[in-house]
Amino acid sequence: MAGAVAPLARRARASQSAGPRAIRSEPAVVRWLVIGVSLAFLGIFLVLPLVTVFVQAFSRGVMPYLDALTDPDAVAAIRLTLLVAAISVALNLAFGLVAAWSIAKFEFPGKSVLITLIDLPFSVSPVISGLVFVLLFGAQGFFGAWLQAHDIRIIFALPGIVLATLLVTFPFVARELIPLMQEQGTQEEEAAVSLGASGLQTFFRVTLPNVKWALLYGVLLCNARAMGEFGAVAVVSGHIRGETNTMPLHIEILYNEYQFMAAFAVASLLALLALVTLIAKVVLERFVEAER
Amino acid sequence: MSIATPTIGDHLDSRGTTSLDRRLFRRRRSVIPGFGITLGLTLTWLALIVLIPLGGLFLKTAELSPSEFWSIVTGTRALNAFKISFGLSLVAAIVNLFFGALVGWALVRYDFPGKRMVDALIDIPFALPTAVAGIALTTLFAENGWLGGLLAPLGIKVAFTPLGILIALIFIGLPFVVRTLQPVLEDLDSEIEEAAATLGANRWQTITRVIAPIVLPSLLTGFALAFARAVGEYGSVIFIAGNLPNVSEIAPLLIVIRLEEFKYADATAIAVVMLLASFIILFAINRLQRWSAARTGQA
Repeated sequence: MAGAVAPLARRARASQSAGPRAIRSEPAVVRWLVIGVSLAFLGIFLVLPLVTVFVQAFSRGVMPYLDALTDPDAVAAIRLTLLVAAISVALNLAFGLVAAWSIAKFEFPGKSVLITLIDLPFSVSPVISGLVFVLLFGAQGFFGAWLQAHDIRIIFALPGIVLATLLVTFPFVARELIPLMQEQGTQEEEAAVSLGASGLQTFFRVTLPNVKWALLYGVLLCNARAMGEFGAVAVVSGHIRGETNTMPLHIEILYNEYQFMAAFAVASLLALLALVTLIAKVVLERFVEAER
Repeated sequence: MSIATPTIGDHLDSRGTTSLDRRLFRRRRSVIPGFGITLGLTLTWLALIVLIPLGGLFLKTAELSPSEFWSIVTGTRALNAFKISFGLSLVAAIVNLFFGALVGWALVRYDFPGKRMVDALIDIPFALPTAVAGIALTTLFAENGWLGGLLAPLGIKVAFTPLGILIALIFIGLPFVVRTLQPVLEDLDSEIEEAAATLGANRWQTITRVIAPIVLPSLLTGFALAFARAVGEYGSVIFIAGNLPNVSEIAPLLIVIRLEEFKYADATAIAVVMLLASFIILFAINRLQRWSAARTGQA
């Protein structure tokens, strides 16, 4: 998703630049042409799809919309999505903090390799992120026979969905924290330790307050991706209605059954989540900027 | 490494440093505690969730003989799927390179109403789940859709054709070039442009000869990121693609189809090719970012 694009901290810093001066600008015709073409491009590719989701969702009015959302299979999909997201976000949050602490506060050889490896899931196709767990835990997988003998289900069940989601969302929290914590350096922590604070006290009273907004943004991004993940989850879930269908998979099933309105109704919830995430990003960026 | 084994960080010596700390920092010691345990946990978690699963993919491929592997990945259907995935991803990344540069320039250099909102909208493809984007784009570009309806009289069919795949790949790659270009343009020293103008360069010369070389690495980084993302994309494509073998079937979909047919070896072989391709792209992106940092003078 975010790939190697500059994280929140870096973007916030970069956004204060000098206003355009006459010598550094183009003729008005060129300016408005560039703006016009840009807006048309963004309108077609970003705004229209988003508008389509809500227009289609409410195409038959509010009552059918609510009916589609309260359908038992839809409710089961929403509950499963919330559960999977809660587990994977919590685990990635813990990992992100631990990884950022070790990478940003200490110097050691091989650090850049480690950062590249943490970013690796960004460049792996979601389908492959699901496939690897089928190869490990599926019926024909490395541990397949053993799992079957002990009656443990991972693939086509909750653990598989969580594992695939964990792999896909692995870098999100860590890569928001690492650049910010590296930039903040170690002086405050060193002061805290030399004044007698324990490691945990230093972390919770000094480091955590310094990175709270970036951390929150990382969690939001991680959550948006966890709830919306499709490819990886599709491979490991088995599409069992009411059991292993997450919201994106439920959308796919409804859409393929030509229940377009119902599909867009469920999709509108995820689109809303995306909008909330984007608004939160703008707000948090201002907080980071203000604290700098 | 496992969590259960006693971690190196537990054994603090009199100076408050761990044995691993001492080995790694003969010269500079850190007074901050927790290096051993946090690095140990990071490596363990990384191995469990990312490295071992991805390693399993290569291990599974090793069960195939080289000739079996070769015949799978050069089969007509697989070869066409690779061509479609890599070819259309390349075209989509080129489209995004052009429009991304334009949008990035407009957002950094010009003022227009609603600029802040437009800037926030750029990230929609990052935040909107791919399945939602997929059904929305399909509805939009279907023959009875808002945009498909306009294109149909011109004889242009988008949904359920390779053109539809291209549209989806442009959508998901859209933010990359904009977001890599923006910070570099914002940090650009205004004196460089003023110097160029003073020395008699016209605006076009300043942009193509002075600004373009500085922002080129960041543009290429965005291009490579958009390409990498498009190659692996699945969710937004399968709804709009039509998914006709050899015509509009992308490689990730072929992996899923082989898996559903229980042809694990086929799925794995195709996946390994895709994974190796992403490693190469990742390596290229790393190189580009170093180049970009060197050129813009950032550490």
